[in-house]
Amino acid sequence: MSEHDHRHDHDHAHAHEAPPSPYHRSERTSERNAELTERVAKLEALLTEKGLVAKDALDKLVDVYEHDLGPMNGAKVVARAWVDPAFKQRLLENATSAVAELGFGGLQGEHLVAVENTPQVHNVVVCTLCSCYPWPVLGLPPAWYKDAAYRSRVVIDPRGVLREFGTELGDDVEVRVWDSSAEVRYLVLPERPAGTDGWNEEQLAAIVGRDAMIGVTRALPA
Amino acid sequence: MNGIHDLGGMTCFGPVRREEGEPVFHADWERRVFAMNLAGLAFLGPVDRARHAIERMDPVEYLATSYYEHWLVEVITLAKDLGYVTDAEIESGRAAAIKPTPFPAPNAEQVEGLVRHGMPATRDDGRITPLFGVGDAVRARNIEITGHTRLARYVRGKTGVVAAHRGSHVFPDTVAHDRGENAQPLYTVRFEAKELWGENVTRRDCVYSDLWEDYLEPAT
Repeated sequence: MSEHDHRHDHDHAHAHEAPPSPYHRSERTSERNAELTERVAKLEALLTEKGLVAKDALDKLVDVYEHDLGPMNGAKVVARAWVDPAFKQRLLENATSAVAELGFGGLQGEHLVAVENTPQVHNVVVCTLCSCYPWPVLGLPPAWYKDAAYRSRVVIDPRGVLREFGTELGDDVEVRVWDSSAEVRYLVLPERPAGTDGWNEEQLAAIVGRDAMIGVTRALPA
Repeated sequence: MNGIHDLGGMTCFGPVRREEGEPVFHADWERRVFAMNLAGLAFLGPVDRARHAIERMDPVEYLATSYYEHWLVEVITLAKDLGYVTDAEIESGRAAAIKPTPFPAPNAEQVEGLVRHGMPATRDDGRITPLFGVGDAVRARNIEITGHTRLARYVRGKTGVVAAHRGSHVFPDTVAHDRGENAQPLYTVRFEAKELWGENVTRRDCVYSDLWEDYLEPAT
């Protein structure tokens, strides 16, 4: 086996066994998790004793972000925009007030902007400096959105990154990358797939995934 | 500061790796760290000071640790910087002394209010007239910044076009260092791929970056 082949096999094995990797940072050994569990428990006890945090507040925050907020909210916004042209116009003019009509808004969504995909324009969102993300409509971001690989490369090679998500774009399509460097938070309004005429909002929301609203994929075809 | 967190434009980190059916949190300690950050904002904020605590991490440690490990470093760094805790207390998990807080820790109802209403960054009072208009050519200033900034390295010295004026927003570079909110016009600026990445780039791509007025100069 040549050295090149050997290296290829090595990389291939890595992709499947998913060992801890410094550049794919959601992965952790069980030893490290145990250390962190102990360290965080001590910190919580300390901050609680110091009067800096209250346990009921921490429990509430976990509950809200684990159960109440998530991409199902953004999907409702997109579905509404697909069936209601007046709402879509309000969304593109002022997304913060438009999503408030559906009851969404708040922390990390104080200044929302919706960007529309068309046959000519494809939008994709990143935060190269940290991991800013529109929490009220998408919930908390997936690990890949926070990893170095995505944050570093999507600005310089958006087509290459999108290809890794299975999204191929023609040369005639303009790719717009939105780097969330301030407190403005971006939501991609995907194109409505063909074959969904007559669908209601609930049916449409079901085909709008998180990744389509970040802009790394399209909404699922009907 | 020119830190490791400023990743835009690097191409050395390999493919984006996704996790099928990824949970919101991967471990219970992540839940607690996340919540301590939000609840702790009442004493440890503002958010740009928190971001800067992460930016000051050792670069090797930054790359080798996960997102919520960064947040753990952040809470500890801020609590220590502000004199609320000591290293010895963090090791033991028990308070040796208690520094009084100006008000009680926010309860469940109060943090629910925070989540619902957020913390707007705009400070519009009609007194701040934007220097630039939509369509104006602007250059992101090439300036040395030693503290916190949101002016990414990859746009410094590059010319773009103002795509939107977002109102006047609190200025991260000063608020992170207790030098005031210094609210000023925030613009979304469009940079063409060729301008950012090189003359040989032919792709029809562009990057939009949100930039405060102090980051910009006229490009004409």
